[in-house]
Amino acid sequence: MNKFFIILAHTFMTRLKTKSFIITSLVSILLIIGLANFQTITDRFGGEEPPVAVIGDTEGVYENLEQNLEAKSSTIELEQVDGTKQEVEGLVQEGEYSALLEIQKSAEGIPEATYYANQIANTAISDELKEALQQVKIAAATSKANLDQGTIQQIFAPVEFETVALEEDAKTEEELSEARGLVYVMLFLMYFAVLMYGNMIAMEVATEKSSRVMEILISSASPVSQMFGKIFGVALLGLLQLSVFLFVGFQAVKMNQESMTGGVFEYLGLSDLDVSIFIYVIVFFLLGYLLYATLAAMLGSLVSRIEDAQQLIAPMTMVIVAAFLIAMFGLNMPDSTFVTVTSYIPFFTPMLMFLRVGMLDIPAWEVALSIGIMLVTIFLLAMLGARIYRGGVLMYGKSSSLKDFKKALQLSKKE
Amino acid sequence: MSLTLKQVTKRFGKDTAVDHLSLSIPESEMFGFLGGNGAGKTTTFRMILGLLDQTEGTITWKGESINHQKSHLIGYLPEERGLYPKLKVKDQIVYLARLRGMDRKSALRELEGWLERFKVPEYFDKKVEELSKGNQQKIQFISAVLHKPELLILDEPFSGLDPVNVEQLKQAVIDLKESGTTIVFSSHRMEHVEELCEHLCILHKGKPVVQGELKKIKRSFGKKNVRIHADFDLTYLKDTAGVLKYKRTTEGCELQIENEDIAHRVFDSLHGKGFVRLFDLEEPSLNDIFIEKVGAAYE
Repeated sequence: MNKFFIILAHTFMTRLKTKSFIITSLVSILLIIGLANFQTITDRFGGEEPPVAVIGDTEGVYENLEQNLEAKSSTIELEQVDGTKQEVEGLVQEGEYSALLEIQKSAEGIPEATYYANQIANTAISDELKEALQQVKIAAATSKANLDQGTIQQIFAPVEFETVALEEDAKTEEELSEARGLVYVMLFLMYFAVLMYGNMIAMEVATEKSSRVMEILISSASPVSQMFGKIFGVALLGLLQLSVFLFVGFQAVKMNQESMTGGVFEYLGLSDLDVSIFIYVIVFFLLGYLLYATLAAMLGSLVSRIEDAQQLIAPMTMVIVAAFLIAMFGLNMPDSTFVTVTSYIPFFTPMLMFLRVGMLDIPAWEVALSIGIMLVTIFLLAMLGARIYRGGVLMYGKSSSLKDFKKALQLSKKE
Repeated sequence: MSLTLKQVTKRFGKDTAVDHLSLSIPESEMFGFLGGNGAGKTTTFRMILGLLDQTEGTITWKGESINHQKSHLIGYLPEERGLYPKLKVKDQIVYLARLRGMDRKSALRELEGWLERFKVPEYFDKKVEELSKGNQQKIQFISAVLHKPELLILDEPFSGLDPVNVEQLKQAVIDLKESGTTIVFSSHRMEHVEELCEHLCILHKGKPVVQGELKKIKRSFGKKNVRIHADFDLTYLKDTAGVLKYKRTTEGCELQIENEDIAHRVFDSLHGKGFVRLFDLEEPSLNDIFIEKVGAAYE
């Protein structure tokens, strides 16, 4: 047991000190800070967008248009300009104005417009203007029909549409959208952790294998304590890294927009959820990590050159991508048979069973069963992994296919 | 008898790598393990270390089987270099020593002592990949002996070293033996085994073809070598009864003879023929024995 901790500490410390780890962490932190400050940064670089020049028959249209834009807290500034179309076009080309909006009225007094800009690839401004003008048009048209304001509002008010679940324990709509947020987080975390840390473990093992330190290590400590020392060492490292990222991200968001924090957390559904769901997050995440990490360590011990490690890990990556895709599909139909069945397959369980737990009301025994299946799988993988680890150590060949499993197992046997 | 192998057999599928090998190595002795390529030396070492399980037979150290709990008693220098290329010498030596039951402080102290001894104290803070192959071998050796093992297994310890370093390492091995370490080592270089070991075993295709004390092996081999330097023609010796091999040299010839009596006969026959500058009766070299035994097994 003592050796287990020596291996754990060694893995943690050496990995922590590697250049690649430090660089990826720093880059990620910068990225997080950058993303959180995206608005501020673009504002600083872009400065104020120059206003949109409005010419033509603007009477009764310009004010309404401006009001409509303001009501939607749009960033577009309008400016009424005197002058011919050619003159203003010149000003747009010089960059004085970002675009030119020429307004005309039809015979019935309904406004029409033409939008001129240097580039029309950016449809954000034109779409917003179009929408605002649409309202002006409707107002103009309806006022012609002598409808009172109340009627107009009724016409435009969105329809009331509520969904109600008949099953008593089913999640309400708010709960569902909250759960959806958490499932997203879980999917992302799993995906990230397996790809990044699974890879790290496989690489770590492959390095020991290719440098042949393994022969000395295996003769000093049991394969099981080596494998799990490594797995937990990387897990600790991962926890450290993830918590640094979360902390930085949280602080950056908080510092930036007080108002946004509430919005983000509401969207992620962290505001008023059951505690049990957080426990599920942790349980499924840890089990999922363990499962994939054990698999990665086993695969890593089969290669004799580091370059081959990627090749052997590829199938594992495919599995996690498949789980990710199924989960994405399952977000909208969590009660489909397909999702139900796949949620019992241990490699998919952490994502899919969690999805079901979060979105549906599932009897406890189903969850317990899936966790049980996972635990058994992890145990079996660990046993198998330890054998392969021991046999794989002494296998140095060119090939790096799954056939090697058999060979490694044979080597660890008595004959 | 501290290390005992009884009827040890290892089969990989249909191939037999080690075939009913029985050995007993006395404590504080140096035991030489010889054999051609693929004779089963490394496989035997791996079974002693518990890296591989033997198909049949038992291996014991002081009466108990060897496993991970005993790793602090055993030192191992593998045939191929096994060090982390990207780690500093001190970091990996300390790590490997701790896995074999040493604490950090004494590991560092011992390491400094060994680096001094090998006259390379500046390697303490260097990465292994920056060192030459021969110097990596020194580090590998240090990692095998740092924890003062009772049993030391050296698989080809002197390969890839220049003569000065071979002497340094050989002296270190002798010192360890004198301080009570039991050492098993394998080599292709007969002169090293001849120089260092009291007992030896020559493996061929997994079977021991020669086994026992070096002196006795030589004596029981019977055949001897005679070296003669003389001014006159010696080719007539080729046809003397009891002369097995005749090899002409620039100053005379070298003979392999059946036994010592033949030497007397050869000596007498030289009488009156001219001036003899050298007549030397030698024990057979291990090289001769190896070639004879392993070569014969090939035929």
